[in-house]
Amino acid sequence: MANTMNVLLAGFGGQGILFTGKVMVYGALTEGKELSWLPSYGPEMRGGTCNCSVVISDEAIGSPLVTNPDVLVAMNRPSLEKFVGSVVPGGTILVDSSTVDIKVERTDVTVYYVPATSLADKNGLKGLANIILLGKLFKEKQFISRESLDKGLAKCIPAKKAEMLEFNKKALEIGMEQ
Amino acid sequence: MSEKVLMKGNEALGEAAIQAGCRHFFGYPITPQTELSAYLSKKMPKVGGTFLQAESEIAAINMVLGAAGSGVRAMTSSSSPGISLKSEGVSYIAGSDVPAVIINVQRGGPGLGSIQPSQADYWQATKALGHGDFQLFVLAPSTVQEMADFVALAFETAEKYRMPAMILSDGMLGQMMEPVVFPDATEVHEGDKSWAASGHKNQRKHNVVNSLYIEAKDLEQKVVERYQRYELVKANEQRSESYLTEDADIVVVAFGASSRVSRSAVNAARAKGIKAGLFRPITLWPYPVDALEKTIGTAKKYLTVEMNMGQMIEDVRLAVNGRKPVEFFGRTGGIIPTPAEVLAKIEEMAK
Repeated sequence: MANTMNVLLAGFGGQGILFTGKVMVYGALTEGKELSWLPSYGPEMRGGTCNCSVVISDEAIGSPLVTNPDVLVAMNRPSLEKFVGSVVPGGTILVDSSTVDIKVERTDVTVYYVPATSLADKNGLKGLANIILLGKLFKEKQFISRESLDKGLAKCIPAKKAEMLEFNKKALEIGMEQ
Repeated sequence: MSEKVLMKGNEALGEAAIQAGCRHFFGYPITPQTELSAYLSKKMPKVGGTFLQAESEIAAINMVLGAAGSGVRAMTSSSSPGISLKSEGVSYIAGSDVPAVIINVQRGGPGLGSIQPSQADYWQATKALGHGDFQLFVLAPSTVQEMADFVALAFETAEKYRMPAMILSDGMLGQMMEPVVFPDATEVHEGDKSWAASGHKNQRKHNVVNSLYIEAKDLEQKVVERYQRYELVKANEQRSESYLTEDADIVVVAFGASSRVSRSAVNAARAKGIKAGLFRPITLWPYPVDALEKTIGTAKKYLTVEMNMGQMIEDVRLAVNGRKPVEFFGRTGGIIPTPAEVLAKIEEMAK
């Protein structure tokens, strides 16, 4: 199972949780990897917590529902509190430290605190904290090539909003610098 | 080969319907199936087809009866509570010997239940989706690719045996995205439609599509004929997948979403040295008893894993017929079991 990465992206509805997952899987698609993208759906999406299971693998994927993530991306406090215990020992947690005011107490996981929301605001990239975190995730995990990641990003931005691509790329770069 | 694209399972069902030559869709929105209707509402007019959002589920299924009775490929889709509403129409479709495709993207029940994924409509789909003596041909996809592949298969089988076919999916498969490949050029293999009430300008004898028989002996004859066709379906149309079952002590039996979870659990069990395998029914009716029989010599125990309180286990027990123990693990109400939970049950059984 060494070549399987189970990712759980979690935050408030509207933070771009599902979009972030889409960029990852579209990127993985260009490399011919096995992948799955499963959103939480239902009442929790109306202003409440929202999460998305992403699996990228070299082999056929069993359960697409990620219950024990290798990587947790937490964009709000309720998500971190809910899922921190489910991360596999040795796993990775990315926290948006500008929206989450608590620390991870576990010592058997690697934690990266990135003030993604304030970095986005400072750089005129409001609403792109998710992509900054994706940049950091890419830097730490290199789950696909940079070229594939860019392709995945381009694929997820509709032609009508072409100008958004540059902002998203800038957000990725900022994330990779963290 | 065509390009791999990413699609939600619901959207793949919609695209596959168009590629299968279905030009008549009648539906009524319900979570977690709505993306299928949304997809067809956009795409159907572009291929000259009819997308109609009916005033209710009951209206939609009766439109399917009417359209399919005229010989065209017609389809409807819904989720559990909506399927219950369609049950009268499905019985009429079966009683009229009309081929049609019904899609159920299951959610938790009974009643309005939950909107989360479930497999609690197994009994409904395989035993009694409506009154009277009849069966549906029931396919259970487990990937988005199978969601796409099974639509044409459902239409073809429905037409071959003149019976309704159901794709029994669930909210997880409907909502998730996975890569899917559609064939470059889809050939549509439509069955014989010489029975259809399609209009003929007095060139032949009237065709009648009807499920009412006033004389009991006429009805009995019709039903017996229908059951002769069901015997052919049982003989010819069983489908299943066997994964690591050849030497398995514990054979896990699961379909659809729970088969995905079970596959992960079987891999984890193998990593711990437990000889586990997965038997995955693809047709739920006819139940793939012939392939399951092949595991009986080597299997020590069976475990059915379902997202309900234990429904398919009855078919497994019927097939195993007391020769080996059959145990059950399930979650219900819209909860998807975790691979760890299933693994724990396998480990307990292996002791």
